[in-house]
Amino acid sequence: MMEDMKKHASLSKALIFCLVLVFPVITAASETGEGVSRSRIKTTDPGEAVVNIYSERKEELIKPLLDRFSKATGIKVNMITGAGDALIKRLEIEGDNSPADVLLTTDVARLYRAKSLGLLQPVDSEAVKSVVPESFRDSENEWFGLSLRARVIVYARDRVKPDELSTYEALANPEWQNRICVRSSSNAYNQSLVASMIVHNGVETTEEWAKGLVDNFARRPKGGDRDQIKAVAVGECDIALVNTYYLGGMLHSKIESEVEAASKVALFWPNQSGRGAHFNVSGIGVTRSAGHRDAAIGLIEFLLSDESQAWYAETNYEYPVKPGIPASETLQQWGSYKADKVKLDQLGQHNAEAVRLMDRAGWK
Amino acid sequence: MVSGRHFSAGWSVSGIILILITLLLSLPLLVVILSFLNPAPEVWRHLTTTVLDEYILNSLVLMSGVGLLTLVLGVVPAWLVTMFRFPFSKTLEWALLLPLAIPAYIIAYTYTGVLDASGPVQVLIRELTGWGYRDYWFPEIRSLGGAVTMLSFVLYPYIYLISRAAFISQSVCALEVARTLGCGPYRTFFKVALPLARPAIIVGLTLVLMETLADYGTVQYFGIAAFTTGIFRTWFGLGNSAAAAQLSALLMLFITLLVYVEYWSRKRQRYHHTSTRYSSLQHKRLKGWHGLASTVMCLFPVFAGFVFPVFFLCKWALQTYPIVIDSAFITLIWHSIMLAGIAALIATVLALFMVYGKRHATSALVKLAVNISGMGYAIPGTVIAVGVMLPLAWVDRTADQFFRANFDFSTGLLLSGTLVALIFAYLVRFLAVSMRTVDAGLTRIKPSIEEAGRSLGMSGFRLVRKVHIPMLRGSLLAAILLVFVDVLKELPATLILRPFNFNTLAIRAYDFANEERLADAACPSLAIVLVGIIPVIYLSRSISQSRPGHELHA
Repeated sequence: MMEDMKKHASLSKALIFCLVLVFPVITAASETGEGVSRSRIKTTDPGEAVVNIYSERKEELIKPLLDRFSKATGIKVNMITGAGDALIKRLEIEGDNSPADVLLTTDVARLYRAKSLGLLQPVDSEAVKSVVPESFRDSENEWFGLSLRARVIVYARDRVKPDELSTYEALANPEWQNRICVRSSSNAYNQSLVASMIVHNGVETTEEWAKGLVDNFARRPKGGDRDQIKAVAVGECDIALVNTYYLGGMLHSKIESEVEAASKVALFWPNQSGRGAHFNVSGIGVTRSAGHRDAAIGLIEFLLSDESQAWYAETNYEYPVKPGIPASETLQQWGSYKADKVKLDQLGQHNAEAVRLMDRAGWK
Repeated sequence: MVSGRHFSAGWSVSGIILILITLLLSLPLLVVILSFLNPAPEVWRHLTTTVLDEYILNSLVLMSGVGLLTLVLGVVPAWLVTMFRFPFSKTLEWALLLPLAIPAYIIAYTYTGVLDASGPVQVLIRELTGWGYRDYWFPEIRSLGGAVTMLSFVLYPYIYLISRAAFISQSVCALEVARTLGCGPYRTFFKVALPLARPAIIVGLTLVLMETLADYGTVQYFGIAAFTTGIFRTWFGLGNSAAAAQLSALLMLFITLLVYVEYWSRKRQRYHHTSTRYSSLQHKRLKGWHGLASTVMCLFPVFAGFVFPVFFLCKWALQTYPIVIDSAFITLIWHSIMLAGIAALIATVLALFMVYGKRHATSALVKLAVNISGMGYAIPGTVIAVGVMLPLAWVDRTADQFFRANFDFSTGLLLSGTLVALIFAYLVRFLAVSMRTVDAGLTRIKPSIEEAGRSLGMSGFRLVRKVHIPMLRGSLLAAILLVFVDVLKELPATLILRPFNFNTLAIRAYDFANEERLADAACPSLAIVLVGIIPVIYLSRSISQSRPGHELHA
């Protein structure tokens, strides 16, 4: 018995020792983040010059704009980047206490999902609505497109003539057997492309098409969009489906081999005599829990200003969502285009169906 | 005979605290398991009729491949550098650990960048021969086999580290007896050393397999439909996070099953060292053909897992460092080191406490709780993160409501979005690493040694401090290092749980690599490697000196 008690006492001592060791470390850890956690905890002062962003867009591809915003308005910007759905989950779990004021995403399905979960709130700003065309914003104004991302066909200049190409639909034709590269169907841009085809052609036709497309794959889907462009350049396939800004990025890359690969391919705008090419958006919405609503709306207006819109085109080769912004030199090279006018929230609506369809079609 | 009676009252203070800590740490995993309360029959019907078979099959192939390859790459060099001397053996002893510092997704991106159809190697082949892309055969790096190879190159050090520690602490007597009974070096290895080290090797292997199952970066980039790709596709693509959590729970059950099958297959044998004679090892000198073969066998993993990728990372870093390295870069390094250091220390202290508690516990509940809290390593970080967020948010909400009701002010979020949440997630995910490493060390200590200590009047805490910690020094250091390096490389949980404006090296590296901007990813990747290398080298030296009776100059 005595031994037992001794033993318990000493184990507790060991534990206390551990706690003593651990506690200051944890506190130290929390303090390091203090500068940020102060502003993180929502204060009662909504006028505080801060806006908190959950961003799916990579820091590198938004930070410069946010810095300009801070400089122009004196509003401090706090940001976390991460996978869109994980950020949405965080927003959902944090609920009304969430510090986030805006959600920035890189595709429309995430915006749609955030809205259906009730995580966003309507923004009734004329300044915003007048800039963003109707097809690129939510019908209830809970989210807005900021930049346009076209998914187009690139082809090998030496092996394919542009007049062989026409529509997305035609990519399932047998003449493309073993000649097409595209990334995995886990990719959001492929999902939204297929969702748009479901909207236009229906599930059955689209599934037939997807099967035909899969039969035409030159290789198992892998890598990212730049990777598909390289595969076309090297001869692994003749055409590929990619977002335009990856091609832009490669053309201006610091790495010689990327520039070389990009210059071996050319860009083709599909479905120009029909509904137009498929466009997705990077977009933004104000969260339901936003404690700095005015600052958040100010940020949206700033991101839609001419200067910011031109920045998207200059820096990341995306198309401005605001009509009439002069395109950058790179974008001009790719010529004018006709964009699909489908309401983007429909794409979000059909996203899960698109994934199931691609599973059935064997698109890995 | 382990005396359970010291703990068996079950409800002693320390027993209760042990249960509370384990419960706390298994909470996020329970959240994952509880997802079954939220059934998603339609998603499951879709999965079972279309892709689930493939997810399972690919994950099994991945596991078997990585398991086999890491065993060969880990155990054989561990034995060679422990028992023999051959050219460069002293350098290789620590160099073999270096790949530990390289994140799996970085090595995958690097090998692809170099060996892919548009990479420098194949370009050179085409230039020299004038062939076109379709005129020759070249191994496809982005394939299932490629993923097995990539993961093995960076995961074998777990097995190497743990089995080497086991070989070092083996009594020379057993090996000498084997030799006097006429065993040659090969038979000694297979008949005596390997069975004795088996529990340790299994620990390493379990960690490797769990890490393989949880890997997302590599399989996703290689376009392989494995279980983790399936989890995220179900969550992100099909928009069903409950079904995704259910898939993760299955993963966890599978690993549990695996661990128990191994345990039963050992028929509950225990391996304690019975000899107290630790004379220093007589390293046999290998000359000529044998020496050369040994050098090559040990050099290969170092070259493939470290020298090769680091060479190309350096090359790319030289092109991009003026743009990538700025004043914020120092902050990144500091953040990474701080998080990794704190998590590693806590994880090891907790592991010691829990493993020690489990050893002396008779209560099945304690054992189960300890075992569950060691399962997090097989779960992808993003899923763990959700498991961490839910209970923390509950605490925050409860506190908030309490203070609103009673004191009329809002506390907002106290824990969510702080580093506490992040470190909690690291503990849940990486406790398996520290616990298994410490456990492997502790099982080698004979209970009779504790009893001797106790008969000298030592109480539990003094016993731990005076007997266990010195004898476990090697294992504890290994645990600290493994968790440190793991946290350094950790990405998904950090990404989603971190406070505002808080970046780490891994986040920076991934941001670039994910955009297929390898050259820009090179600098942060190299920084991870550099920060990781320092403790790796220190640890390796400590382990070689951890052998009782070790001569300091050796």
